[in-house]
Amino acid sequence: MIKDITLGQYFPGKSFVHKLDPRMKIILLTFFIVFIFAARNFVSLGIMAAAVFAVICISGVSPKMYFKSIKAIIFIVLFTACLNLFYGTGDPLWQWRFLKITQSGINTAIFIAVRIIALVLISAVLTYTTSPTDLTDGIERLLKPLSVFHIQVHEIAMMMTIALRFIPTLLEETDKIMSAQKARGADFESGNFITRLKALIPILVPLFVSAFRRAFDLAMAMESRCYHGGEGRTRMRVLKYSKKDYLALGASCLIFAGVIICSIYLPATVRTGM
Amino acid sequence: MSLLELKNLSFTYGVNTAFEKKAVNDVSLNIEKGEFIGIIGHTGSGKSTLIQMLNGLIRPTEGQVLLDGRDIWEKPKQIRKVRFRVGMVFQYPEYQLFEETVEKDIAYGPKNMGLDSDEIKKRVEDAARFTALKPELLKKSPFELSGGEKRRAAIAGVIAMDPEILILDEPTAGLDPKGRDVLLTQIAAYHKTKGNTVLLVSHSMEDISRIADKILVMDHGNKYAFDTVRNIFSKGEDIEKIGLQIPQITKIMIGLAKSGYKVSTDVYSVEQAVMEIMKLRKDSRVPAAAAKKEGKR
Repeated sequence: MIKDITLGQYFPGKSFVHKLDPRMKIILLTFFIVFIFAARNFVSLGIMAAAVFAVICISGVSPKMYFKSIKAIIFIVLFTACLNLFYGTGDPLWQWRFLKITQSGINTAIFIAVRIIALVLISAVLTYTTSPTDLTDGIERLLKPLSVFHIQVHEIAMMMTIALRFIPTLLEETDKIMSAQKARGADFESGNFITRLKALIPILVPLFVSAFRRAFDLAMAMESRCYHGGEGRTRMRVLKYSKKDYLALGASCLIFAGVIICSIYLPATVRTGM
Repeated sequence: MSLLELKNLSFTYGVNTAFEKKAVNDVSLNIEKGEFIGIIGHTGSGKSTLIQMLNGLIRPTEGQVLLDGRDIWEKPKQIRKVRFRVGMVFQYPEYQLFEETVEKDIAYGPKNMGLDSDEIKKRVEDAARFTALKPELLKKSPFELSGGEKRRAAIAGVIAMDPEILILDEPTAGLDPKGRDVLLTQIAAYHKTKGNTVLLVSHSMEDISRIADKILVMDHGNKYAFDTVRNIFSKGEDIEKIGLQIPQITKIMIGLAKSGYKVSTDVYSVEQAVMEIMKLRKDSRVPAAAAKKEGKR
């Protein structure tokens, strides 16, 4: 059901990953993603996959939650893998009319599947181990240089915080409204596309009304506490890099170096980047 | 045969996850046609989960709900028919209003039942009358109404389906004392005229004791007690032990009984209390001073 969505879910904990500075986590995540894409052969991808696995192990979040995040995209993974399976070049191992499977096709399929899964898992680590406030705090600090170009970094960060904060609330609200309309005989499961779309109106209208109501309430509450944007605002908790962060940075650099070396000196298994 | 029969009903949230929690635990009871039942319990005592199982909004993890002796999940595809027979008004029902006019919103349920337009019109008018919505409000947008009117319009939307069993989850939450009184009186009048079965969930013993015939007390997902109002309140101390408030007047009577006066403790309205105390005054054994004190109260 709706409650199964793991998006933006945070699991409090005290692991090494939890205690890292959110800025460091965001930077490292970006590099992890870049290197997962840059890996051009099984050895370098293997290194990245192992690194992701190691991070998951020390994150202290139940493996079940990671399975859940994969479950959500398993269809996309299988679909892309199947598609790539038939797009290989070279001698066919199996052929039926225009469909043929080659060794390179199999390689690409596995490669892409591992790549997508690794990507989702490492992103999940960030959201699972970082509270939404820390996350936006980190983003705000990282984007600060952009204020030179008159970009309202604080406002953007505040909007993100609020959006993240209200995801569970609105999901719960949707659930409630759906139950209420079902009790009045609403039917979301039968009929053609148009009827199903029309059946959503009794949910969407109350949902929007309540979202606006909440927005007004929140704006009022913020104003009554004298919120006036980012200028001159100080923080109760200032982000500071600690030894742990440098340790994580060092370990990640070693991994990245390994990937670069393997990519240069070993032949590429996959033709293109994607 | 009872109209509604709950057989060893249990519900567990998040089975096989870290958040597994048993919300309702092995509840069995029978509800007869025409009864007015109050359901009371703490936040998190399983009241809301329990009532959502009664009209098939959630499926029990164990046990059965029998409506006219038949399991409501016998044919899962026909569950909508159960929902038409067992109407449910959620907490803060005004947040479900969505149509352009109040009239159309009330007609949403009957329309889903597949009734013809004449019948729908009649149902809407009846429902509006039961909830004391003025006819001129029917043409307005539901978002233009006042809070109390919205609440009543939303309740009318369920009443218009003419359910045999009407379940209301805290219908008076967030209303002022006067709005609460009016709404409760309307619900009681509706029950009397239609002669159908009503289940009312509430935090307030005072509200429930005024209009219900029987009370179901829920505690931590278990059925703590299910009995007539009289019998429930005579066990007032037990009820207080699980952290629920019995009506103030009943508390006073229990206090009097404790300090040695021969009064009945199954009293739950001021009128009854007056009668009890008057009886006491006639009793010559009571010292004059004590009788005077009670007279003042």
